[in-house]
Formats: sequence, C-alpha cells, structure tokens
Amino acid sequence: MAILEVRGIKKHFGRIRAVDGVDFRTRDGELFAVLGLSGSGKSTLMRLVAGLEQPTEGDILLDGKSVVGIPPRHRNVAMVFQSYALYPHMTVRDNITFPLRARKVPREKWAEKLDWVTAMLGIGPLLDRRPTRLSGGEKQKVALARALVRDPELFIFDEPLSALDALVRNTARAELRELQRRTGITTLYVTHDQLEALGLGDRVAVMRGGRVHQIDTPADLHARPADTFVARFIGNPPMNLIERDAQVLGIRPEHLLPAAAAHVADPGLRLQLRISHLEFLGEHWVAYGFDESGQSKERIVARLSQERGEFGALVGQVADFVAERRNIKIFDKQSGRLVGQV
Amino acid sequence: MNEEAGASGPPARAGLADDERRLGWLMLGPALLYIGGFVGVPFVLAVLLSFSDATVGDPHIHRLVGLVNYRRAIAQPQFWTALGNSLWITFLTLLALAVLATALSELLARPFRLKRLVQTLIILPWAMPVSLAAVAWLWLLDSTFSPLDWLFRRIHLLGPGGWFGPGLHFYYLGRTGLAIASIVTVNVWRMLPLATLIVLAGRMSIPRELFDQAQIDGAGFFRVLLRISIPALMPVLTVALLFAALMVFGDMATVALLTRGGPGTATQVLPYWAFLQGINGGDLSGGAAVALFMLPVLAGVAIAALRLAYRSQQS
Amino acid sequence: MRRGLRTVAFYCGLAAFTLFSVFPGIWMVLTVFKRNTDLYSIAANPFWFHPGPTVRHLLFLFTGTHFLRFALNSLLIGACVVPITLLLSVPAAYALARLTGRWGERSGMVLFLVYLIPPTLLFLPMYQVVTFLGLANTLWALVLVYPTITVPFCTWLLLGFFKSIPRDLDEAAMIDGCSRFEAFRRAVLPLALPGIGACVVFAFSLQLSDYIYAATFVTATGAMPVSVGVPTELIRGDVFFWQGLMAADAIVAIPLMLAYGLLFERLVSGFQSAETAAAGS
Repeated sequence: MAILEVRGIKKHFGRIRAVDGVDFRTRDGELFAVLGLSGSGKSTLMRLVAGLEQPTEGDILLDGKSVVGIPPRHRNVAMVFQSYALYPHMTVRDNITFPLRARKVPREKWAEKLDWVTAMLGIGPLLDRRPTRLSGGEKQKVALARALVRDPELFIFDEPLSALDALVRNTARAELRELQRRTGITTLYVTHDQLEALGLGDRVAVMRGGRVHQIDTPADLHARPADTFVARFIGNPPMNLIERDAQVLGIRPEHLLPAAAAHVADPGLRLQLRISHLEFLGEHWVAYGFDESGQSKERIVARLSQERGEFGALVGQVADFVAERRNIKIFDKQSGRLVGQV
Repeated sequence: MNEEAGASGPPARAGLADDERRLGWLMLGPALLYIGGFVGVPFVLAVLLSFSDATVGDPHIHRLVGLVNYRRAIAQPQFWTALGNSLWITFLTLLALAVLATALSELLARPFRLKRLVQTLIILPWAMPVSLAAVAWLWLLDSTFSPLDWLFRRIHLLGPGGWFGPGLHFYYLGRTGLAIASIVTVNVWRMLPLATLIVLAGRMSIPRELFDQAQIDGAGFFRVLLRISIPALMPVLTVALLFAALMVFGDMATVALLTRGGPGTATQVLPYWAFLQGINGGDLSGGAAVALFMLPVLAGVAIAALRLAYRSQQS
Repeated sequence: MRRGLRTVAFYCGLAAFTLFSVFPGIWMVLTVFKRNTDLYSIAANPFWFHPGPTVRHLLFLFTGTHFLRFALNSLLIGACVVPITLLLSVPAAYALARLTGRWGERSGMVLFLVYLIPPTLLFLPMYQVVTFLGLANTLWALVLVYPTITVPFCTWLLLGFFKSIPRDLDEAAMIDGCSRFEAFRRAVLPLALPGIGACVVFAFSLQLSDYIYAATFVTATGAMPVSVGVPTELIRGDVFFWQGLMAADAIVAIPLMLAYGLLFERLVSGFQSAETAAAGS
C-alpha cells in the first residue's frame, strides 16, 4: 500500500504538451480515477507513473520517495492494459507467474501466490489454456491476476473495461471494485467513461489538454463542477449552460422543472422553452427544447420525472420551466470558473 | 505489503538494458557498421577504382587518371549495346511481371482445392539459384533438342508446311529478337514468385468490405479488378517491381550462362560487360567504370523508392 | 452458366501459371534419367524414355564430379551466413521498430538503400577488399560478403513482423519486471519466430543464388559453392553434361521449394505486415 503523489509533472513531445503541469496526491488504498477524452493527456500521465515515459519536468513520488528515472521494473507498480497484453505464447499459468519469474522471486513461493490469486479471481480452470482461447472477461481476470500476483504498491488500470461487451461490463466493474477494496491497493484508474469514473472512483480527476480541471468525489464533481468544461462533461444529459450577460448559469436537467407541475419555493430562473422532442431514458423522460426568451440558440434539456401522458401534448409547444435558486450555478463567462450560486 | 517482490536490487537506477536510446543504437549498430564497412567502403572504392589505372595483375590504386576509363568505356560500341539491352530487358520484364503478378495473385487470393500444392509448385523458380535456373533454361531452349521445338513440330507450327516455315528449330538463343525474348522470359519466370508473394500480401490487406460493397453494387469481375483491386494494389505492385527491377537490372548470371551475350554481342548487358572487362579482361578500373554506369538508373529507382515511402508516410 | 464458365476460366488460368512455373522443372527431372542416345535424338518424343530411364548420370554426379563438395560448401556457407544474418538483422529490426526514433528511421532508410546497390556494382572493389584480407579463393570470403545481400532484406522483413506485434506486450513485460532488453527477448522474440523462420529460408536461398561474388572470388574447385561449381565443372567448353547439370539443379531446388511451400502462408502474412508497417507509422 502506498500513496502516489504527482508534483508539477509535465511531458512535452516536441511542441505538443501532452501533460502540462499536473499535481495530485492519492490517499492510501484509494481508487483514484482519471477521467478525460482521448488526447486529454490521461494516458501519458499514466505512462509517466508507470515509468514507460520520462517526465520533462516535475516529480512523481511513491510513498514519499521519488521514482523519476527509475525504470518500470524497479517501481513496484502493476498495470492492467486496455488490450490486457497477455503473452500469447504462454499459458495462463505462465502469464500469471511471469512477473515472479522476471523479478526473480524464488520458485518455491510461486505456488502459494498462484493459488492465492487464482482463488481470489476464480480462474483455476483456465490455468492451462492459452490467452487466445479465453473470452474477454476471462482475459481481464487473467490480466488482473498477473498484476496482483506480485503484491504491487500501486495498481494502474488503463480502461480495463472498454474491451468488454456491455453485458459483461457491469459485472466486471463490480468485481473490480470488490477486488480493489479487498486488497486495499492504491489504484490509479484511467478512463474516458464517466460512468466508470464516477461509479468506481473514490475521487475523480477530470483532465483536458494536459491539465487537471478538478479533483473531487463523484458527488461533489456532479454537484459543484469547478468550471464550465467539467459542468458540460459530467452528468448525462449534461448541465445546461445559459449565458446571461457576463455570466453563465448552470442548471442540471433534473433541476429544471415544468412550472405548471412543480412546486418551487424560491425560483431563481424562469425559462420559456419550445419543446422539440421527448426522449425516454428508462425511469424518466427528457425534454429537449430551445429558449424562446433568451439570446442563446443552445439546446436546453430538462428532465421530467412524471408520466409521459402529462407532457405528450408539449411537443411543438412553448412551456414554462423554473429552477430553484439554490440549484443554479454561476460561472464566469471569461474564465469559465465557478464563481458561486444565484 | 512485502519486501522481496518490490526491492529486488538495491541500485534501482536505470542500467544500459533500460536506456532505450543507447540500447537502440547498440542493437542497430552492428548491422549499420557491417553494412557501412562492407557496402560503404567498397562503394567508395568502386568510384575510386573507376578513376584509377588498376588491373587484376596490379590491383592497387596508385594514381587517379581522371575520366580516362569512362571515355574508354563509352568509346566501345559494346557498351552502348549493353546499356540499351539492360534497360530494354528490365523494362520488358517489369511490364510482363506487372500483368502476370497481378493476375496470379488474383487467382491465389481465392480458396481452391490443392492450394498448398499449387503454391509450392509456383514458387519453384524462386527456389532455384539463378545460375542453375539459367542452365535449366539453356537446355530447355537448346538449339537442336528443345522439347518446345518438338511440341511446335507436333502441332505443325514448325517443320515442312508449318506456320513458322519449313525449318525444324526456332534457335531461341541464336536470333537476336528471340534471344532477348528468352532472357526476358527467364527473368519473368524467376521473379514471378517473389512479385506474386508481395502483391498477394497486399491483395489480402484490402478490406473485404470493399469487395462486398462492389458485389452489392453489381460490379462484375473486370470492374472490380479495375476499380478496386488494381488501384489498391498500386503501392505494393510498385514495391514488387522495385525489387524485381533491382534483381533483373543487376543480374549477370542469366546472360552469362544463357547467351554469353550472344549471338555476337546482341544480348550483352551492363553487369556482364563489366565482369568480362574487369575480371576476364583483367581491366579492374575499366570494369568499375562500366559498372558505375548502372548508378544513374539505380539512383532513379532509389528516388522512386524514397518517394513511395514518403508518400505512404503522408497518407 | 456464367458461373460455370468463370470456374473453368479460373482453373485454366491457374493451370497455365502452374505449368509455366514448373515446366522447366519437369523437363529437368525427365532429363536426369535419360540415356545419351535418347537425349540426343530429334525425332523421339522428348517427354518419354526410349529405352527406359537410367540413374547412371545421377550416380556420376556424386562419384565423378565435385558436386558433393560444392553442396557441402554451400551448406557450410549457409550455416554461417544465416546465423550472422539473424544476429545482425533481428536486433536491428527491433531497434528500428521500437527504440531509435527519428534518427533510427533515417539510418534504417540507409540500410534499405544499400539493398539498391547490386553486387554487380560492388564485385570489383569487393574483390580487392577480400584480397586485402587474404581471403581470396576461400569460401570465407563468401561468408563475409553474403550478409551484405541478406541483412538489408531480412531487416526489412523483420521490421514488419516486429511492428505487427503490439507495443503493449513489451511494456507489460517491462512493468512485470523485465528490462527493455529482457522484454524483447522474452515477450517479443518468441512471437517473431515465424518471421525469423521466413528470414532463415530467405537468407539461405539468397546466399545460394549468388553467382557474381562466387565467380569473382573463388577459382579453386574445392572452395566453390553450387551456383558456380556446378556450371564450371559440368560445362566443359562446348561439352554439356546435361543430366548431371539437371540433377544438381533438382537436388538443390526441390528441397528449397518445399521449404518455401510450407512457409507460403506465413510469408504472405509476413510481407503483409512488412507492407503495412512501411505504409503506417
């Protein structure tokens, strides 16, 4: 177990600034998710921590000791690759014991470790197979076993679920979380999928353009986005951003309520929306429309929790929507930073 | 969690085996040094030699005599015959190869019974050392005992009353036009397997959807060939032809064994002429000068190759 | 109907190509077993034996000529050239595929441009180099020089193989505790074995096929490889020992043909990755 600390880390490839000054510090045993789209620098950040790239500037500390300049094999960091990167020419057993062999762990200790990880992941029957004969979910478990077998101080997961199909993914996600809890190994979890980041992470760092926009718990990220980028990025459907003079108002779709049906004690904003269409999202409906009164031509989304019957007639009509004052975020138009509430 | 796995060695700094740059040069170095030494040095020597007065009897480069050897080379009529033949033979070979390799790879891209056997048989020409292949063809095209002549006589193309006159033989290697055609045929025969392999590999990389789409659109065999296969194959076909051009243009064994440049000097080629001058004639510097006349053509090929590499890097 | 016609055309085309490729081979094998009277008869059907086949000339090749010597020389040269080629080109190809970056790419280009300089341009100075090293007239001269032909080609072929192996594997191995070099040896090299197999066959047949270096460097019968020894010894002025020549050719070509045949699919996929590697990145 360990604490990972990253201080002012930068990585430039020629003129491209893949990582441009990132700071964070994980807690012991934490699952720390890094969320960003492709090109956000999250993969480079992860490779820096693993030791696959050397930083241009800054420091990386594992348990207080700098690991910059130390090759990957001397950092006790394990990684699960997006592709799983199982060695195709070895059996599952040899794949799992490969880190022990490479690290020159005495052969007598292998059996014990192998038994421990196979039991933990339930992959006993697979040991003599080759990776090509495994399903996606099985491959993922083997990759986890290979990472776990050598008691790493830090786990790095690189989009470990993205190669799985939707059906397996939910179970795999639960198992992953369960495994991480049980072993208590500090984990850096890199993903582009906000559901994964918010669902798994104790805390989430949102990255864009090589910089971290916000580090917070999933709930805080949702409730108090630090800037308009995070506001728009987190949540599905994302937060509505409505320009008003020098400010941008942010309202989550679930906080934008039809004036006719809702009881709003302290309305902070009133909008007239022309509804263009409705969408069914499982347990609720979502209405898409345009602000009739305002200047912005941006599409606005509102969540309707009631039955469709009440709203069916709304399509093509103009309806009033209101939001509670305390649910409205205010961002500075220039910087995009959160400046407060109405 | 535990110590033995983590801290296996106290000096946890990067060693040579970790330093990508240095390791890279260390791994690349031997090949580069070797090639530099055994191609770079002889290449420079070749240039020096062509400006010197060295002979087999006295192979040392004592003094440089300027362009004398080159002037001597171009003063000989055989030189011009050889240069012309080299270009002409290479051109004809490439032309035939382009068509045949595309066609054969088109056939081999499909599944059929006995495919393994056919693949194996088709590669036979490439498995023969050039000199032995030339000897095999020499016998096949023998002036008197060629089985081809016998076949042509059987179907009355040769012999009394035949299309090609009353003679009993074609004398493949004895008549200028036929001799050139024979050399081209042997070259095509020998290079076809490699060219086909390269083109077939390119053919297999064309996404299936392209063909499926064409089929849905109702395109026939020839339309698919013209619109999809050939455009997609252009880059690999160029690679295949580059390889073939080098091997054919630079080859002397076929001519040396098949026609010895004859009849007369009608099928002389540049490499064999250089060999005859330099080794048999003992005129090292003169031979080197003749050989260096291959350079402009090869430089052209090299530029084409680089262009191709550059272009594929852009896309 | 159209479908049937097309199938017929397909098999006809295939048969024509196969015949074109093997016809000299068939003629070669027939010749080996012919008697002289039969061989030099214009009227008789050349595709049959009159009277009966004979192995006399085949035996003569082994007992009356230095063919065995030549074959052993060629094998010996191959046994040296192939490992040297692998030793030089396998690490070079990996370095070019993974390690050396922009400058490596350029030096790799140099390596391939070298391939464009044919032996026929280099043989005269090479003769001087070989003489200078005191290797003239020995087969060690050939061992020393043949890798100039094999290394660029094999490096190009292997580069494609290495590029087709995902980088994740090297990196996983490095994170699992290997140095960069160990990662290459343990995680990547085993996967490149088909490519290395292809290189072995190509290197062997490229060295076997050389004529000009052998003809230039070696004049002593005892040191000649097959490509020069067989034509030199079995063609004496205007006298051709056809059966022996054809037998030698068949004995050399058929095993190599089988090796290539076995590797055919792998060669195609190897070229495929070499081509996509050249086009990509």
